[in-house]
Amino acid sequence: MQLQKVKLFMYFPPEKTDKPITYRLVKDYDLMFNILQAQIQPNKKGRLMAELEGTAENIEKGLQYLKEQGIQYRIFNKNIIWYEEKCVHCGACTAVCPSRALNMDRDEWKLTFDHSKCLICELCVKACPLNAMDVNIFL
Amino acid sequence: MARTFDEINEKIKDGEVVVLTAEEFKDLVEEKGVAQAAKEVDVVTTGTFSPMCSSGAFINFGHSDPPIRMNRIWLNDVPAYGGLAAVDTYIGATELSETQGFEYGGAHVIQDLIDGKKIRLRAESYGTDCYPRKEIITYITLDDLNQAYLFNPRNAYQNYNAATNSTDRILYTYMGTLLPQYGNVTYCTSGELSPLLNDPELRTIGIGTRIFIGGAQGYVAWEGTQFVRNKEVIRDGVIQYSGATLAVVGNMKHMSSRFIRAASYEKYGTTLFVGIGIPIPVLDEEMAQFLAVRNRHIYTQVVDYGVPSRSRPILRKVSYEELRSGTIELNGKKVPTAPLSSLRKAREIARVLKEKILKGEFLLQEPIQKLPEDGRFNPLKERGVE
Repeated sequence: MQLQKVKLFMYFPPEKTDKPITYRLVKDYDLMFNILQAQIQPNKKGRLMAELEGTAENIEKGLQYLKEQGIQYRIFNKNIIWYEEKCVHCGACTAVCPSRALNMDRDEWKLTFDHSKCLICELCVKACPLNAMDVNIFL
Repeated sequence: MARTFDEINEKIKDGEVVVLTAEEFKDLVEEKGVAQAAKEVDVVTTGTFSPMCSSGAFINFGHSDPPIRMNRIWLNDVPAYGGLAAVDTYIGATELSETQGFEYGGAHVIQDLIDGKKIRLRAESYGTDCYPRKEIITYITLDDLNQAYLFNPRNAYQNYNAATNSTDRILYTYMGTLLPQYGNVTYCTSGELSPLLNDPELRTIGIGTRIFIGGAQGYVAWEGTQFVRNKEVIRDGVIQYSGATLAVVGNMKHMSSRFIRAASYEKYGTTLFVGIGIPIPVLDEEMAQFLAVRNRHIYTQVVDYGVPSRSRPILRKVSYEELRSGTIELNGKKVPTAPLSSLRKAREIARVLKEKILKGEFLLQEPIQKLPEDGRFNPLKERGVE
């Protein structure tokens, strides 16, 4: 079965922050759940950025479950592309990357890009002097 | 133990020369000591691949019929200098396109020429009896040009400040994007691989030194602009060298964008990554000692670019070993660091230069004149105008 990945932002109303929502997504829908950024405090509005990985069917069911629980979400419709052939591995993008998705391999001094950590903040697109980073928008 | 440039060149021609890259040489010294390394090795290759704003190219277009004395010139809409002879020009790396702004500049024209692309030449003239034509619009390629050589007034900076930002807003600088409240530190030399940090007293690098530049063989033409020689003792046996720069020249027709690349910094402008490699002869043990220097003994200073003044505050001294570790301590906090100069490319250049010397394709040239023993870095005094 082909696994798919989606990245989404979830917004939790204050009354939901004490529910084990992520546990249910993992347990009931067999979704791999990778939290990229989270701001959750008891009785306050929370937000969570995560990547879900699973079958298309389970992803759909999991998202349906979120809706039923009154949790709003927004699926990312963009990602960052690294045009490696333009890259000289200078490191300028790593100066601004907040999640260290862009990082220097300190033996080879080669740029590495871990898409799963990328917050799609787009700071690297501006920071790259060689125009090697770009935003890809898909529908 | 001593050897001369001539002796080394004889060895290169005979295929008996021993060459190591700067990093390999330092490892050898750590293993066997300076004296033994000096005995075994003839030449050490260095490299750097950094954005160098003070770069540009002299070009001669050849004459059209009827001829024109070009006094306003554009290459792909980037203005080039019109104050030389009829069809000579100089195009600077940081000159911006009149139609594309920060996206495209003189550096991009230079790279496009090297890549063999067609460039749109537009020129105007007031017309003279000897040069009657008043306008020309055509396309040129590198092959068409009589001469096209880089002449970069200031390259190969011996050492450079590391940059940070104390203010509450992002700063877009030639030192990259600096995050607010000391959010990051950027630095820009290849440290222990850097040419002028391996010959800090400039014993072997001077006017006439043959260098690797952008893939071609070029030369040190003069001292670089703003050349000074600063020496500051950090602690016993550790000296912070800075200030030396080189003016360099090289034939664009032999260059490749593998070793030279146009760049554009957000809200700053365009510049040129220039790949430079300099072979350093191990003339004696003193040279070997200089060449043995490691990143932990090479220092620079962290400077606050949040202060918009000529003399920006220095926050601390820092070694390249610490900068390269990925974080440094600043005001009691760990701050991430990022390089702006490609160490990967610098290594590639040192390696390619080593191979060229081993194959007998690159001979060493002894300087025909030494660079100045001192220099003055004067500020621009603004005098009252009546």
